[in-house]
Amino acid sequence: MRPFAYERPADVRSAVATLEAGLETGADAMYLGGGTNLVDLMRLGVARPGTLVDVTRVASATIEETPDGGLLIGAGVRNGDLAAHPLVRRRYPMLAQAVLSGASGQIRNMATVGGNLLQRTRCSYFQDVTKPCNKRAPGSGCPARTGDHRNLAILGHSESCVATHPSDMAVALAAIGVTVHVEGPGGARTVPMPGLHRLPGEDPSRDTVLSPGDLITAVELPALPMAARSRYRKVRDRASFSFAVVSVAAALDLDGEGRVRDCRIALGAVAHVPWRAESAEAALRGAPATEEEFARAADAEMRGARPLRLNAFKVPLARNLLVRVLADLAETP
Amino acid sequence: MTVDLQLSVNDQLYPLTVDTRETLLDTLRERLDLAGCKKGCDHGQCGSCTVLVDGRRVKACLTFTVTVDDKPITTVEGLAGERGLHPLQNAFIEHDAFQCGYCTPGQLCSAVGMLAEAALGWPSAATPDIAGTAAEPVLGEEEIRERMSGNLCRCGAYPGIVAAIGEVAR
Repeated sequence: MRPFAYERPADVRSAVATLEAGLETGADAMYLGGGTNLVDLMRLGVARPGTLVDVTRVASATIEETPDGGLLIGAGVRNGDLAAHPLVRRRYPMLAQAVLSGASGQIRNMATVGGNLLQRTRCSYFQDVTKPCNKRAPGSGCPARTGDHRNLAILGHSESCVATHPSDMAVALAAIGVTVHVEGPGGARTVPMPGLHRLPGEDPSRDTVLSPGDLITAVELPALPMAARSRYRKVRDRASFSFAVVSVAAALDLDGEGRVRDCRIALGAVAHVPWRAESAEAALRGAPATEEEFARAADAEMRGARPLRLNAFKVPLARNLLVRVLADLAETP
Repeated sequence: MTVDLQLSVNDQLYPLTVDTRETLLDTLRERLDLAGCKKGCDHGQCGSCTVLVDGRRVKACLTFTVTVDDKPITTVEGLAGERGLHPLQNAFIEHDAFQCGYCTPGQLCSAVGMLAEAALGWPSAATPDIAGTAAEPVLGEEEIRERMSGNLCRCGAYPGIVAAIGEVAR
């Protein structure tokens, strides 16, 4: 592992300044949150920062109610605390379920909300420095496209990259539709999510629209009454402590006549971003809440799928999982 | 690059000079002779390096030592008190909850942390009513298995581990 300087600034502004200074000296400075992904990537040689700026003591670790009935979640909140929070569980159960379905108890105690959003793909070529990878070494190629891509993208991928975003939490946040608060060299700003993560296109080295030096400080959840009737469901290769093969986060708002007044749907492990299923949502609004309509909506979303040789099974898997989740939600009193 | 710091482990202070790259796992084993903490995968996937930092279970292999110089650390060596073994340690012996023993220190530290989480009312992926307000989850077999999924046992002593933790949880 490359030797690195360790900095522990006292507040957000000095964290950003410290990182900027580290970048200017060519030290490849990076922020350190819970470290559950970054420390491993450093050991693998994938990440090689010359300076680590520890932000675990500067990022807010509180969850506060906002005036409009939403929640402001500090970027330093540990995943375990997030999933256990009574208001998260009651108002956005799919978010609590998503977080609890990810990683293990130990890792959830370490991982922060900000770090969870910025974790890197688990594509095996990205994590192996002896292999080409356009995300890790731009221009070197993508062996995953013809190699082992069983668990990689079926939507929104490019010739350059077929990686998936690994987060469960981000799928629920994309379904809810949140605002990410960012402090950067130019000051504070907000980024909507969906919109934080980007599709790979010709530059898969960038996972998000953030620039080096940007620090996520909080995630703001809007009031979303329908999210009280929401669910996260994850299909994976083993029953626990495993990344998703496909996952679904969904919220359903039904009117008195059994029609879908509104809905929120996002899919996980299918794309370079947590995939907001806008086609499915559009197909469902105003439709009867029946299994036939749920299937029609899921098919509408999957029409855009371009599976690879080894992951075509994910298309019906995502479709059927979405139908099941919606049907379960419709039956929930 | 090195940093001078003091590490608080099992209520004892250790002045140390550490390389910033040193993980808590390596510091505990190689510098402090606290070899209970085990290196299995060194990637955060097996749980055998689990220790308690600030009372919470974490993976020592994913923790740079320099990041925890201001936090109390408890390893398996610190679980037993003056009156003998920790109840979980006794239960593990009682229920034959190990074969080779390599994962056991991590299992024990993880179980201590897990029971504290449950006492705070934390749910798990196996909790039926996530939005519910039940003060404390009931730790049946399914709950224990889900909450302990970060600790692998390649001997497959899981039935004994689940029984031992279940007994202490009651």
